[in-house]
This record gives sequence, structure tokens and C-alpha cells, in this order.
Amino acid sequence: MKRAGFSTKWLPILLLLPQLLIIAIFFYWPALHAVTSSFYLQDPFGFGQTFVGLENYTHLTSSVEYLKVAKFTVLFTVLVTFFSLALALLFAVKADKVLRGAKTYRTLLMWVYAVAPPVAGFIGLLMFNQTWGPLSDLFKFFGWDFTLGVNYFDTAFAMIVVSVWKQVPVNFIFFLSGLQSIPRSVREAALLDNRSGTRRFWDITFPLLAPTGFFLLITNITYSLFDTFGVIDTLNKGEPGNNPMTLVYKVFVDGFRGNDLGGSSAQSVILMILVLALTVFQFRLIERRIHYT
Amino acid sequence: MTDISAHAHAIAQTRKRTWFKLETVFDHAILILGSLLMLLPLLIMLQTVTTPDLETMKLGPTFTIGTELDDNFRKAMFEASGFSGQNTGMNMLKNSMILGLGFALGKIVIGMMAAYAIVYFRLRFATLAFWLIFTTLLLPLEVRILPSYEIVQQLGMMNTYQGLIIPLIASATATFFFRQFFRSVPEELIEAARIDGAGPIKFFIDILVPLSQTMIAAMFIIMFVYGWNQYLWPTMITTDENMYTLVRGIKQIVQTLEGNNIPEFGRANMLALIAILPPVLVVIFFQSWFVKGLTESDK
Repeated sequence: MKRAGFSTKWLPILLLLPQLLIIAIFFYWPALHAVTSSFYLQDPFGFGQTFVGLENYTHLTSSVEYLKVAKFTVLFTVLVTFFSLALALLFAVKADKVLRGAKTYRTLLMWVYAVAPPVAGFIGLLMFNQTWGPLSDLFKFFGWDFTLGVNYFDTAFAMIVVSVWKQVPVNFIFFLSGLQSIPRSVREAALLDNRSGTRRFWDITFPLLAPTGFFLLITNITYSLFDTFGVIDTLNKGEPGNNPMTLVYKVFVDGFRGNDLGGSSAQSVILMILVLALTVFQFRLIERRIHYT
Repeated sequence: MTDISAHAHAIAQTRKRTWFKLETVFDHAILILGSLLMLLPLLIMLQTVTTPDLETMKLGPTFTIGTELDDNFRKAMFEASGFSGQNTGMNMLKNSMILGLGFALGKIVIGMMAAYAIVYFRLRFATLAFWLIFTTLLLPLEVRILPSYEIVQQLGMMNTYQGLIIPLIASATATFFFRQFFRSVPEELIEAARIDGAGPIKFFIDILVPLSQTMIAAMFIIMFVYGWNQYLWPTMITTDENMYTLVRGIKQIVQTLEGNNIPEFGRANMLALIAILPPVLVVIFFQSWFVKGLTESDK
């Protein structure tokens, strides 16, 4: 709050009202509802509900299918996060270094930010088209018969490639702006001290980029968990049954298609706890960064 | 003796220069490769929308530019798809625009109002309001999707623009962003304004809003792209084909590739292109604002 703030009584309440109303109806109520209904078993025909305590949760932890989905989600998240960050860092370092065409490269490498995940999935369908898709052609050359939507492994591979393709631009933007904020004097000093570009990168640039990197790590994990929904939904070709899916996708499939509200809510709550943990971790990192600068 | 050392020096010089050049070539090679990886799908889509579907089906993407562009554009924009027979590309484009613009506008107006109240007023429950609002940053819509859907259903907002837009606004990203910005505005401004006798509304409209122009623009771009690209929420809320956005309709667009004897590549790719172009163009044209907004809002 500003020291010299206004002391009008009714105006701030009026200003806050729309925001508070919206979050009360569309945030707190649903979040609370998800938590409570995770303790109930819904009648599939809509005749009331019975309190079952933690049964929905124990069901999940003993469900082979849920554990399989959870395992895939972890693997998917690790791979997507790693490759999106690594590729983006490579491109950002190079784009920061070149003198000519830097602006053009920047534009070409960032425009995909604006492509919606399901549309990226659609693009994946083209690239992995079984008869002439450029990527499946490439794999065929190496003797890999790529069948998207049929083979579990191939579909998972395509999901990861498309999700990385979609995420590289955001990371690129952040890394590049992080690189550009490294002071000139530091760069020049490093240049005098050390001739080797690789050494210079690992000793000077990389540690200075670490705060950006940590921040992006959390963002990328959240992206892999939640925002890839559209990619997965288009690439499984409408047959989620035998294709890989992530935890968020399963919440949707079980709750919306399978009508298992209790189980789906329990899954939501597990995800809520996961996100909360991630966000708290992120806030603590940011706090620490503020102390440094 | 001197001759030899001079010679050696010259060799070292040229070696250094060529080595340096090689590295530059390598840097450019990586960047060009990266750019191509990003661009290739777009080029394929651009080629197939000019080509007859039969040719695409047999040969796949080629290097020739066909003559079917007009026809594919007409089919995509004005010919109905889906069951109702009313769902044209034009209609989906309209819905996408309403969602993108409505979401961006709503989020900014509501966020600015709330941020103004929190930063510039002496309010007893300001801390409480702050925490109530900022807790919403913690949980994405995806984890509370089913109960949110039920509420919208109970309120009778299925298949309406309100039902589509308002629940998406229920997170405080814009409020947080404007709060940060307002706090960085010098204290002297409000002191001067108060000495001059300006009331809170006058101060907001005449001083704070003009001061925030760049921030508003940056936020608008990010929020427009975010709203336009929404998928899961529209998938649940709009069951009426009349209400489909381009991104929501992508599943239906995929079906024109799967169901038919000759997959309608031209039409499907044209629709996908139309779904991509507006947000991409906005991001490219307002690049510096967009980058500023993105990198500063998330800090």
C-alpha cells in the first residue's frame, strides 16, 4: 500500500467486488467442491452420494492403471522439461552471440509460442502422417515403422516431440532476455580471463542464468503436467484407451466420460497438492532471488 | 630469425581468423536449423492449402504451389462442417475473436480495478483480500475443472459467452501484474495529485491509466493469445456447434482428415492456419511489448 493512499471507504470495496465475486464463485467454490466430493461415492445414475472417507484415494493408489498413468506422466514431464530447456538454451546462447540476423532468428524461434497446444497436436498429426509425414518418412529411412495412435511407444514419442516443439519458444524468450541482462562489463571481464567459449559458458553465463533456469524449470513442469492436454487429446486420435495419457487427461476421462466423480475429484486433489508444492517451492526461490539483487 | 617469427605470427593470425569464422558459421547453422524446425510444419500447411486433396493424399507435401487456394479458403470459411451444418470457419473465427478479446479485456479491467484498490487505498481487510486473490495463482483451472463445469451448468451458462469467458478470468495473473507495476509508480505522483485536489477516480483515469499504457498493451497481447488458445474449458462448456471456437473445433477439423475417403487436407489445414495466424501475427508485430510483458509478469 502507498503511504499517501486514499481513505475513501466505499470505492475500494466496489473496485474489489467483481474480482472477489468471480473468484468466490468460480475458484473457491469449485476447489472446495473438488475436495469434498473426493470423499464421496457418486451414484452413476445421479441418485445421491455416500460418504466413503478415503476410499477414493486408496482405490487410486492400488489401481494398476492409475500408477501406469502416473509413471508415464513423470517420464513425460522429465523428458519434455529437459529437452525444451536444453534446446531453448542452445538457441538462446547462439541467438545472443550472432551479430547478423539476430532479430530474424528471434522472431523465427519464438512465433510458435502463439500456437495453441491442440493445434500443435494437429500439426503433429501431419508431421507423423503414416503415408507421407516428413518425420515418419525420416524414421522409415532408419527402419522404424512409425504408427501414431496405434503403437503406445510411437504415440508417446510423438506427444513428447510436439510438446517440446511447442514449449521451446517460451523458454527461448526467457533465456534470451536473461542473457541480455548480463552486464557488458561482466562479459568483457570473462572474455579477458578466458579464451575458451565453452569454459566461459559453463563458468560465467550458466551460473548467471541459474535464477531464470530455476524459474523455467517450475514453469516447464507445470506446462508438461497441465497445458499439454490439447496435444495429448489430438494425438491419441480419440482413443485414449490404449494410448498414453497424463494425470490431468485421466481426470478428464474418468470424470467427464466415465462419470466417476468421486475418483476424478480425488485425482484432482492429488494434482492440487502437487501444484501447491511446486508453487511454494517457486515462491521461496523467487524470494531468495530478490535477496540477491 | 625475425622473418620466421613474423611468418609464424601470420599463420597464427590466419588460423585464428578462420577458426573464428568457422565458429560463426556453426552458430548460424544451429540457428537456421532451429528456425527450420519451427517453420517446416507451417510451410507444409501453406503448400497443402494450395494443392488439390487427392494430390496431397498421394504425394504428400511437395515443392510446387498449386492453384486451389481460393477454393480451399472458400470451403474452410463458408462451407459448414459438423452435424448441425451451421458450423463454418467464419463462425468459429467470430467465436475465437470474442473469446480472445473478451477474455483479455475482462481480465485487464477487473485486474486493474482490484490492483488499484489494493495498492492505493487504506483498507482494513486489504491483506485478506490480497491473499484471497493471490491464492488463485496456485491452482490452474485444470485441477478444478469438473466442479467448475457443474457450477456453470447450474447457473445456466452452458453455451454462452459469459460461461466461456468469466470462469477463465477467475485467476489473478493480471491483478498480480498490475499490483507489481502500481507499486513501482513513484509515491510523489499520488502526493502531488492529492495536493492538487484530485479524487481517487480522477487520479486513476487521468494519471494511472495513461501511465500504464505499455503495461496494458503487453498484458493485452499475452491475455489475447491465452484466451484464443483455450481448449479444455471451451471443450466442456460449448456443446453447441454454433459456439465452437477454432481451437475448440480442431477435433472436428481432424475428423475431416480421418473420416472421408479422400481426407480434406486443404480445408483442414486452412482452418488450422486460420486458428494459428491471428495470435501469431499479434505476437510478431508487437514483439517487444509482448516479450516485456511476458518476462516481467512472471517474475
